[in-house]
Amino acid sequence: MTSIANFITALSRYDFLQSALVTAIMVGVMSGIIGSFIILRGMSLMGDAISHAVLPGVAIAYMLGINMLFGAAVFGILAAVLIGYIATRSKLKTDTSIGVVFSAFYALGFILISLAESSTNLHHILFGNVLAVSDNDMISTAVVLALVIIFVIFMYKELLITSFDPVFAQSYGLNTLVIHYSLMLVLTLVTVSALQTVGIILVVAMLITPAATAFLWTNKMHVMLILAAILGVLASVIGLYFSYTFNWASGPAIVVVAAVGFVFSFLFSPKQGLLFQHRKEPAKRDA
Amino acid sequence: MLKVTNLTVVYDDLPVFKQLAVTFAPGKITGIIGPNGAGKSTLIKGMLGLVKPQSGSASIAGQPLNKQLTRVAYVEQRKDLDLTFPINVFDVVLSGTYGKLGLFRSPGKNEKKQAAAALEQVGLSDYASRQIGNLSGGQLQRVFVARAIAQKADIIILDEPFVGIDLKSEHEIMQILKQWRSAGKIIIVIHHDLNKVTAYFDDLVIMDHGIEAAGPVAQVYTPENIRQVFSDDLSSVLFTSQAGERG
Ligand SMILES: Nc1ncnc2c1ncn2[C@@H]1O[C@H](COP(=O)(O)OP(=O)(O)OP(=O)(O)O)[C@@H](O)[C@H]1O
Ligand SMILES: [Mg+2]
Repeated sequence: MTSIANFITALSRYDFLQSALVTAIMVGVMSGIIGSFIILRGMSLMGDAISHAVLPGVAIAYMLGINMLFGAAVFGILAAVLIGYIATRSKLKTDTSIGVVFSAFYALGFILISLAESSTNLHHILFGNVLAVSDNDMISTAVVLALVIIFVIFMYKELLITSFDPVFAQSYGLNTLVIHYSLMLVLTLVTVSALQTVGIILVVAMLITPAATAFLWTNKMHVMLILAAILGVLASVIGLYFSYTFNWASGPAIVVVAAVGFVFSFLFSPKQGLLFQHRKEPAKRDA
Repeated sequence: MLKVTNLTVVYDDLPVFKQLAVTFAPGKITGIIGPNGAGKSTLIKGMLGLVKPQSGSASIAGQPLNKQLTRVAYVEQRKDLDLTFPINVFDVVLSGTYGKLGLFRSPGKNEKKQAAAALEQVGLSDYASRQIGNLSGGQLQRVFVARAIAQKADIIILDEPFVGIDLKSEHEIMQILKQWRSAGKIIIVIHHDLNKVTAYFDDLVIMDHGIEAAGPVAQVYTPENIRQVFSDDLSSVLFTSQAGERG
């Protein structure tokens, strides 16, 4: 308990910790929301791929001294387009095409980063270092969060219907490709933001785990989005606390907290909870 | 008049049909029959641009159909949707109003009324708040018909809508189709039960990798045509039993 008090005192004292907290909260919200769409579309693997494929963009942006978001957006979209192109122009299945493209991009990213000769940076990019976010990072994260919220509010029904029934969406004339690539673009921006808190390797966990946990509790998509955002925030804040207190890397700390939440829900949620289902069966036999 | 001209659709280098031409008249219920793999579903998908035709197109009053898809309601043949998706029956039907709403506008009071009325018409009002995975196959099919109703379309295309549906619901849906017919809409139904052809349809299209015959049911639904596309046996069973019913 004293460590929690310490954490709170430190929060009021240190700017860097405040920035870390604000960034972690923003990342929790955006990754929960976008992650929900990723899992509802059965695109978890794609989410993983895009999050890794931005690495060369991050490296190039670092070399040129420009905002990482720009470099990442270019390579994220390039990867999404290539994956789609290979899958539609060959008999290969999408997961195969994803495997080829993202590993190539990831490898290219490593080479570029080693050219940039910045091994400390590489470590931060891979595992996250939320305690080191700059004011500029925080501002770009806020911009991405605003973008995510605007995107989801204005495109809500399009995102819903293209996730649930894309053929129907196409049949009334909706351009489902535009929606897909818009979502991929937003996903790359979220990835870059989440990279600060959890690092590239674990971005996928921030996208998938809170959303999957939320899915276990509700049958309504808007509830799922809100719940996933809340769970993302909880994982981020609690993870940050562990990271600060025990000097753990922030990424693994946050992801482990999110995973604990998932395990709890897997056991106890009314929709799919294992324990709940066991309780239901004897009741049936009574009847 | 819904006009299809010169339509060629190719899957993996194999043409399903070539340079197909056919028309669908307003105020008529047109049936499409043909054996499995004849290209019935593909014809519809090609018309709507859901598969890209190698050549040809569909047009309505001279304007390309795929530029005015909000006028179309299409119910796919048995789809493998994600039935765990967090969406309830009402919201599925409500999505029928999305096309006419266009981008950025969300469904309001009117759209919700429209969806509720559509759900009422297929007799599923009590199921409005059910998650879609908790329905029987037939109920789910009726939900998709309700969504088509909510689309308030001029052109309605149903691909085997009666599969897995009980007779009462089939009858109710036919009544809805007949109301649409009176309203002068274009109605296209792909159907497998040849026994119902004369009862359900005004016009008939017989397909087998192309159009074998098309026109008013009385002219097209003949023993010769059925024999040619299906089999001698089926033809004799169908037409003798019908003669028996009449006599
Ligand atoms: N996505 C696809 N890829 C490749 N071939 C396809 C595809 N869809 C259909 N085909 C082929 O095209 C032909 C026509 O198929 P279609 O689905 O249009 O038939 P159908 O008349 O609707 O049959 P059914 O009565 O079984 O529904 C079939 O030979 C089928 O194998
Ligand atoms: Mg078919």
